[in-house]
Amino acid sequence: MTGFWATPIGITVLTVLEVLAILVPVLLLMAYLTLAERKVLAAIQLRKGPNVVGPFGLLQPFADAIKMVMKETIIPTGANRALFLMAPMLTFGLAAIAWAVIPVNDGWALADINVGVLYLFAISSLGVYGIIIAGWASNSKYAFLGAMRSAAQMVSYEVSIGFVMVSVLLCVGSLNLNDIVLAQRHIWFCLPLLPMFVVFFISALAETNRSPFDLPEGESEIVAGFFVEYSAMAFALFFLGEYTSMITMSGMTTILFLGGWLGPFGLWPALGPIWFILKVCLCLFVFIWVRGTFPRYRYDQLMRLGWKVFLPLSLFWLVLTAGALMLFGWLPQGA
Amino acid sequence: MTETIISKPAPADNRRTVEIDSHAINFGPQHPAAHGVLRLILEMDGEVVERADPHIGLLHRGTEKLIEYKSYLQANAYFDRLDYVSPMAQEHAYVRAIEHLAAIDVPERAQWIRTLFDEITRVLNHLLNLTTYALDVGAITPSLWGFEEREKLMEFYEAASGARLHANYYRPGGVNRDLPAGLADRIAEWAEEFPKFIDDLEELLTANRIWKQRTVDIGVMSAQQALAWGFSGPCLRASGVPWDLRRAQPYAMYDRVQFNVAVGRNGDCYDRYLVRMVEMRESVKIIKQCLALMKPGPVKTLDHKFTPPSRAEMKRSMEALIHHFKLYTEGFHVPPGATYAAVESPKGEFAVYLVADGTNRPYRCKIRPTGFAHLQAVDVMAKRHMLADAVAIIGSLDIVFGEIDR
Repeated sequence: MTGFWATPIGITVLTVLEVLAILVPVLLLMAYLTLAERKVLAAIQLRKGPNVVGPFGLLQPFADAIKMVMKETIIPTGANRALFLMAPMLTFGLAAIAWAVIPVNDGWALADINVGVLYLFAISSLGVYGIIIAGWASNSKYAFLGAMRSAAQMVSYEVSIGFVMVSVLLCVGSLNLNDIVLAQRHIWFCLPLLPMFVVFFISALAETNRSPFDLPEGESEIVAGFFVEYSAMAFALFFLGEYTSMITMSGMTTILFLGGWLGPFGLWPALGPIWFILKVCLCLFVFIWVRGTFPRYRYDQLMRLGWKVFLPLSLFWLVLTAGALMLFGWLPQGA
Repeated sequence: MTETIISKPAPADNRRTVEIDSHAINFGPQHPAAHGVLRLILEMDGEVVERADPHIGLLHRGTEKLIEYKSYLQANAYFDRLDYVSPMAQEHAYVRAIEHLAAIDVPERAQWIRTLFDEITRVLNHLLNLTTYALDVGAITPSLWGFEEREKLMEFYEAASGARLHANYYRPGGVNRDLPAGLADRIAEWAEEFPKFIDDLEELLTANRIWKQRTVDIGVMSAQQALAWGFSGPCLRASGVPWDLRRAQPYAMYDRVQFNVAVGRNGDCYDRYLVRMVEMRESVKIIKQCLALMKPGPVKTLDHKFTPPSRAEMKRSMEALIHHFKLYTEGFHVPPGATYAAVESPKGEFAVYLVADGTNRPYRCKIRPTGFAHLQAVDVMAKRHMLADAVAIIGSLDIVFGEIDR
């Protein structure tokens, strides 16, 4: 039997199974995230939320999915068909492949590569292409404005996310996500790097186009922004992409700052993946909570926050972190 | 959508030709922030609004002309359908015009009920405006909270008039019916609890930094500008002009109640928001005073040329029967004359200019809508602001198309 798994076919089958083992739970989590969002928002807004389809509305995500599949895909006359259809696939695909490197437990990553952080950073930056292509290919002014906003927004926040990551890397001495988590055995990075944690989380909101930074959609300004012309599955893919990248960003927050699969105070190490999922859910809850309470930023205010507040702050804290590490000789060794 | 290219005349030096390539976008009528059927043609330079051109007429129903073909009593129902967010305030203007022309005395209790429901209407209107305004700026929760409170108020409407929205409750000479038993207590109970709700709402918005960034110094109207553009109501008061018809030209029982007139200072979107917030609190005060000072008594004038006699009387008295028959077939006649009756509706000065020719139908009924004057200033206010600000400005002006288009 071990012989079969070593053959090229065996390795392919194994990889496919591993991919499924990651993707299926992520997609399920995504589906239920939509329900959770509606439930949490409903609780904030003193109403019930979906409660008709299945017990407590638990089958609502499937009802929505079926509805989306049944709808007609409308392609506007002036649209660039190929790009128009490619954009949602790109958005969703990029959101999904980020999960290849995220370890849910010690060594439980599909690809335990030693530049995991860079890979994640690259993937999340590429996400903007789906949006820009969608905005351009739709041949609609609202969509175009949405795409422009998105491009500006992503560039602004990527920079400070970069600095935040560098300061984490300084403390760890490795780009491997597994190592980053293991380095937090004694203390989670959210405590010593608290300002960076806050900057990272807010940038994550901006990066995933979530409220209060949901300008590319900006319902009350540019209707639905870049996906104003989309319908049916193409629309659903954008939707899936947005929620999957929310989960991805929550996963990154968990790994970089909340100690990944490590339990608080080293509690129940056997429950690794459970801890991981719980922490991701906590982050997601905050995502939704913020949506329920804050108005939306304006385009220029968002840029100002990114360039004039977060960038200097993260740069300053990066230098401070590096200085402290040098001064006290806490630099990680041998990495 | 049309593409417009505005090119400035080329100066002598050709190399310095400046071409501004603006693009026009259709903001509405099917836009989530267009408040009904507003169609705004925005000429944009990127995200910056160069010119905002509001188009009206998509909800035009010919109300003023229709009124000329209805008896005075029938026309009352049209006023609910103008600004459908503050129905009773508009009925008030209309019945006041008739009462003035026909010299009808309104019993005291009816005046108290009108004052009470004018203020309930004000809260109804401000709740809708403030919360949808917040929704336009991206805060989704206030609207859901606010609508729950509105629901309670509409139940009061329903208890008094039988309808939640299009009440048709005020009558020339009073109100249609007395308040049902127990309603006053329910309103009093609500008035005790409502300030707590306002506190909650303010918690979400008033000190919120994002909310302030989005509204402070946006769409500033100076006092002179506001007056020149014909502003009234909260929009005018936010600019620092302490003009409130309830105080300046008291009608109904407004001279018998204590209340403060909220006045802003900067005339920006934030001040318009604050003025409305304070007005809601003041309305609650007035409501409490109305309930306390109200005494039992008739709610309609006893002159049965204008109001129907009681059912029982109609069965006994021939004269009452004739009154009833004449009132509901021919309607009453209003002596020739013209009058202008204004009320402080939640949105501002809502007025009716009524010309009577002695028949049973108005000769002319010109309606002065509040939102029309505010809407025309959108261009001035939104110029050189960003698209998102234009949305905030429209939200802060409290525009309802039912009355603008009539």
